This record gives sequence, structure tokens and C-alpha cells, in this order.
Amino acid sequence: MKKNIYYILPVLAMVFATLSSCNKTIVERNNAFQPLSPAKLDLNAETWKPVLLTSVTQFSVAAPDAVSSPAYQADLNEIKAYQRGITDDQKALISYWSAGAVLRWNEILRDLVAKHNLPPYQNDDGTYPAPSSANPFAYPQFPFSNPPYAARSYAYVSAAQYDALIAAWHYKALYNRPAPYKNDATVKALVPKSDLPSYPSEDAVVSGAAVEMMKLLFPTEIAYIEQKEADQKLYRMIAGANTRAEWDAGEALGKQVAGLFTARARTDGAGAAIGTPAYWQSLETNTAATGQTPWISLEYPKRPPMLPLFGKVVPFLFPPATVIALRPPPPPSTSSDQFKKETAEVLSYSKNATRENQAIVQFWADGAGTYAPPGHWDAIAAEEFVKENYSEIRWARNMALINMAEMDAGIVCWDAKYFYFNPRPTQTDGAIKTLTGIPNFPSYTSGHSNFSAAAATVLTYLLPDRGTKFTDMAQQAAMSRLYGAIHYRTDCEVGLTTGKAVGNYAVARAKADGADQ
Amino acid sequence: MIKPLLVQTGKYLIALSILVAFSGRVSAQTDADAIMIPKNYLCTGPMYSHSDWNHYWEGDFKRTNGNLGHVSSQMFSLMADYGVSDKFNVLVNFPYVWTNASAGTLKGQKGLQDASLFLKYMPFEFQVGKGVISLYGIAGGSIPLSNYEPDFLPLSIGAHSRNVMGRFLVDYQRSNFFTTASAEYVYRSNITIDRNSYYTTEMHYTNQVDLPNAMVYNGRMGYRSESWIAEAVAENNTTLGGFDIRKNDMPFPSNKMNWTTLGANFKYTFSRPSGLELTAGGDYVISGRNVGQSTVFHGGVYYLFSVVKQKKDKK
Repeated sequence: MKKNIYYILPVLAMVFATLSSCNKTIVERNNAFQPLSPAKLDLNAETWKPVLLTSVTQFSVAAPDAVSSPAYQADLNEIKAYQRGITDDQKALISYWSAGAVLRWNEILRDLVAKHNLPPYQNDDGTYPAPSSANPFAYPQFPFSNPPYAARSYAYVSAAQYDALIAAWHYKALYNRPAPYKNDATVKALVPKSDLPSYPSEDAVVSGAAVEMMKLLFPTEIAYIEQKEADQKLYRMIAGANTRAEWDAGEALGKQVAGLFTARARTDGAGAAIGTPAYWQSLETNTAATGQTPWISLEYPKRPPMLPLFGKVVPFLFPPATVIALRPPPPPSTSSDQFKKETAEVLSYSKNATRENQAIVQFWADGAGTYAPPGHWDAIAAEEFVKENYSEIRWARNMALINMAEMDAGIVCWDAKYFYFNPRPTQTDGAIKTLTGIPNFPSYTSGHSNFSAAAATVLTYLLPDRGTKFTDMAQQAAMSRLYGAIHYRTDCEVGLTTGKAVGNYAVARAKADGADQ
Repeated sequence: MIKPLLVQTGKYLIALSILVAFSGRVSAQTDADAIMIPKNYLCTGPMYSHSDWNHYWEGDFKRTNGNLGHVSSQMFSLMADYGVSDKFNVLVNFPYVWTNASAGTLKGQKGLQDASLFLKYMPFEFQVGKGVISLYGIAGGSIPLSNYEPDFLPLSIGAHSRNVMGRFLVDYQRSNFFTTASAEYVYRSNITIDRNSYYTTEMHYTNQVDLPNAMVYNGRMGYRSESWIAEAVAENNTTLGGFDIRKNDMPFPSNKMNWTTLGANFKYTFSRPSGLELTAGGDYVISGRNVGQSTVFHGGVYYLFSVVKQKKDKK
């Protein structure tokens, strides 16, 4: 009995050591972002080229109350009252939101995309229900934010924020109202001080545009979105950065500008992108008529192809005719030796999967329940942008460039996928087992490759000092689909080419939009 | 020695289910019974187990999946139990696991899973009426033996966490009939996955995943003699936290994973050749949450022998 103590004690000591050294607290990267303190205010940004806004005065913003007015003084008193009784929760709000409005709303959108990126469960008869924007709360909830839907969502929110900020920058310069902490020495600045005029509030503009856009895109999340907006509004006041009136003016402007984008979104063709059973059948029939093996769903029960008419959605960066012009040449014929060779290569990656390749596949998988490939690239971009101390409007402009490129790359890619209706490797050879789920749409070209090359092209232009970092990542993302045994090499290589071509349209826009002069 | 029979019977090495999560419950654990082997004895041998399910639960929604069909996990493991003293045993286990889905395209996984080590200590044993009550404290740990992928459920071979477990066990035996009850706390370390962000009920921007810890409750009763053991086992595994799989989503290592099994085990010890033991058993999940409704069968062949030759008369 006593002897056992000699065994037990060291063991117990080890157990306690293990337990105490295993702190389970995880610091997430986006919780470590520092408060935004722009290196440049971009005071001339009202001259930048907007996306849909026709002029910076298209929507009017009334002059603010005079600094000496009772209304303004009451607003300052409200701030002081908040600052006297500041709570830990409110400090947490400051810590969160002060990292940047465009950044945090982009994160919120990524969160909603991931939440709603789930394919509907089948009906008892083996058919699938479709989400309905007219009845969004019924199962399956609207939307199913699959990659094309996600790409379009990111684009609209980013572009609306960008245009709204251009208008806001005009009124900021016009009214030139300093921040509350500059008008009253007893108002504390709980965020980095800025010389940027604070009327209308840039945070409110970003928030108003995002909320208005996201109500259309994620109608079941209105309560959640509005709570975020209320949190942000409170943060701006507690931090001494904006008065209530500055917020309200900004929010109203943001919502009005977003109205241009919601109107566009309602008529851009995305609502009809799901197609009809007759159309789905015609894709198969027409492809078979050309002598090529048509794509069939590898899901059980067979699922209709994902958004087959997304290729007809109106792009942001070029006219619809350019989508056809950018369509890549045909893939190797399904009866060709080249096709057999490429299928054999996929089988080889499937059979000889290394742990290293598996990790690459997982890293870039971005499948169901994730923020999708465009969200992944937004996350990559955001983590670079926080190092750059951009002004909010430059944040918005750069995110808009990336996300318009993502949406348009999605359109170009989907056009090719449904024009060629090419089978997945596992359809060609059932022995090909995959390292990630097979997406439910045709193979040629790879969506990941298009999205990644487009984003990398824009990022490389925006951040030239990063060298080949982004194009290397895009190359890896593209090849991950071959390693995962869900794409042929040609799908990836050609996808990178078309994605880059789309990205170059965004770069051309960026060179001419006035922000880099 | 109040329970000479048990000491003679030797270690009863039977595979028990434990937190291998969604893929299948095949990892072996041998710390939940009330049997010790004597000082300087070693019991060792191979074990095989097979788990299969085609129904599973997403939250409390029970379903099948035509893209998975039957998901099976098989395990081959080598185990050893050594009697440091009559009241203190050390158990180790080295499992190799492979998984497969009978339908769909996802590739099955295989590899060395987690090595486990248990220290089993019986400090108290006393007579109550015509029976004997013994108390056990069992502490253990496990570490992954290979760099397998935990974020590929339901085909991952394990959760890839480092675990520390502590179990308290009470056994009552009267003539050849016994009842055993135990409760175990399983501490699970964070794990690192290949992705650097993931969604649970919100987005997380990290490659670290906080796995919920777990409680395991085990009850067993049956018959023990020198040549036979037959027992019925009920077990409940409950994660302390975690989140539900949403409808038609993929499972994730930090899901809430609860299940209750009923099963039976048998062991036969040969008198000749002395020390040879055969085990067989199985169990079935009667209720669960975010796990497969698996059926497990297992069998093993063990050899019990003294590592010290001169000590002949143990009794």
C-alpha cells in the first residue's frame, strides 16, 4: 500500500501539470485587431469614381446643427452621460468596433454566409425544396448562400458601402464639423483621435449601407443585423467619436445609397439563376447532343445543379457581352486521350493522397457551412488591410474592388460551367474517392481557381510589396481541387487564367478610379 | 486476499467505446472494469473491433445519408496490462483505425490513432455481509500517435486531442455475481485543424478548436468465474458543451456528442494452455445526439503470464 504511493504521486503530479499547462483559452486573430487609426484621411475621396452613384449630391444631407445650438449641446451631454457610467460590455463594444466599420461589417457578412451556406435537405420523394425569398423563414431558409450567392452578397455590400462613403466624404468636406472631442474638452476620445470631419458619421454610413443591403440578402437575419447596428451606434457615441445626430445623418445616407444597389440586385438576374426542371434537363440533352458526356449530380438523391443561370447575372466590372468574350475554349473532349490522361492523374492524387496535400485541400475547402471561397479571400484581404491603416473609404474601395471581381469571376466561371456541362472526375471514374465534398455543379472550370486568381490579381495590385504572396496562394488554392480529386488539372489551370482576366478588369478600374493618383 | 478468484482470473481486456467522436466508437479502453492482475503478471494481445452505422443524429434529427451509406470503422490494437502490484496495474493500448463510407465519394481514412495509458489502483477492499466491495481510482491519458486529420468527420479516425481521464469505480461481488458502477471525467485538449477559420454557431478565426470535455458513466453486471465472464454493460457518454450539427451540415470535432449504449461481453479463460484468454462482445447505441447509431462488435486474444519465474504460489 505504502509502496504504491511512490507510483501514484509522480503520476498525479504529471496529471496536474498537464491540466494546468493546458489553458483552453483561444485568442482568435480578429479579436487581436487594433483600433483603426488611418495613416491618410483621403480627404479628396469625393472625387473617386463611384460604382452606381451618379453624383456625390445625388442624395442630400442637411447641414448639421450649429455647435452652439442646444441640440448639439444635448447630444454632447448624452455622450458625457454614457462616458460617466461606462460598463465592461461597452468597453468590449469599443474594442470590437474600433478596429473598423468596413472590416467588422465584412466579418458579419462572412458569418451570415457561413450560417446559411447549407444545401437543403431532400423531400421524402427525393426532390429538393428550394429557399424562397417570399417566405424566407420556411425550411429551407432563404438564402442558401452557396459560392455564387456569397460572391454576389459580398460584392453588393462592399460596393454600396464604397459609394455611400464617397457621398459622405463630400458632405464631410462641405460641413467640416470636427469630432465631439474636439468641440468639448470634457468629451473623452476613447478611440484614436482623427482630423476627419465627423458629420455625417462614416461608421453610420457603412452601417446603414450594410444593413439595407443585408436585409435584402439575408432577410431572416434582420433582428441580428439591426442589433449589430445598434451596438455600433452606441459605440460611436460612448467613444466620443460621433453625436447621435452625426450617426443618424450617416445612417440615412448609407441607406439611401444602398437603395441604388438593392434596386440593381432585384433586377440583376440572380433571382432566376436557379432555373427550371425543363432547363436543367435541356443542359443534359444539349450536351449529350454534342457527343460529350454531360454532367450528372453525384449526390444521392440527385440534386439539381447549383444556380445554372448565374452566368447570366449582370456583372459589375464589364457588360454581359464580355462574359461571353471571356468564356474559355472547350475542355478536353470526354472521349479524348487528354481527358483519359487527366482522369488518371486525378485518380493518382486520390489514391496517393499525402497528409500534406490533405492539409492543403482542407485549408482551401471552403465548402458547406463556411464563408465560401470569396469569404476566404475577404478574410485574407482583411488581415492584410488591418496592417495598412487605411481610411474607412479606402477600406471600402479595396473591398469593393475585390468583391466585384469575385462576383464577376463567379459569373464568368458559372457561364463556362453550364456552357460546357463537363462531368466531375468521379463521374468519369467511380474509383476516384475525394478528400473533400464534391460540389454539385459541373467541373470545367474550377470555381476556386477563378475566385482565387481574381482576388489575388486585385490584391497584388493593391499591395505590390507582398510580391507573389497572393498569386502563390491562388495557385495553391487551385491545385487543392486537383489534390482533393474533385477537379481535373485543366479545370484549375484554365480557371486561374479566366479568374486573372476578370481580376484585371478590377485592376483597370482601380487605376482609373482616382484613389491611387 | 479477499478476492483470490479475481486475482486468478487475470485482466479482463475488453474493448469499450470511448470518445472517438462521430466516426465510430472503436478506440479501446480497458479501465472500466473491476479486475486486477497480480503482481509481476503481464497480459497482452491483439484486439479487433468493428463499428457500423447508417443512421445518425443531427441534433435530435435522426436520418440516413445517401452520400455516406454505411459508415464503418475498424480497429486493430495491441494492448498490455501489467501488475505492478496486486493493487496497482498499468494498462497501455496502441490502436490502428481505418474508416470507410459505403456510398458517396468521400475517401476513408486510416492510421495509428491515440496511444493510451491507464493507471489502475485499488486502495480499498472490504467484506460487507456475504459480498465484497472494492473501490478503484483510475487515471489515464491519451496522445495521438500520428498526424491524422480530425476535421474530416464522419470519416476521421479520431479527434486528435490529448486527453486526461480520471475514473472512480465501485464494484460489488457476491459469490460469482458482480455489479460495477463507475464515472469518468475526460479532459480534452484543444486541437489544431488544417483550416484557419471555422463556423460553429459563429465564425472563429483560428486553427485551434476547443473540444468540450466529457463525462462517461458506466454500469455493468454479470457473472465471473475462473473460466468465464459474462456481463451486460450500459454506458452513457455526455460532452460538457459543444454545439449541434445543423440540418444537412457536416459534423465538426467540437460538436456536442452524446450517446447511450447497451452491450454484452464474454470472456473465456483456458485452463490449458494456461493463461490464454478469448474475449468477444458488442454494443449498440440506443440513443444519441450528433453521433452515428453504431453497432460495435469486438474480439480479442490475450495471453497472461508471469514475468517473474520463481514466484510460483500466488495464493
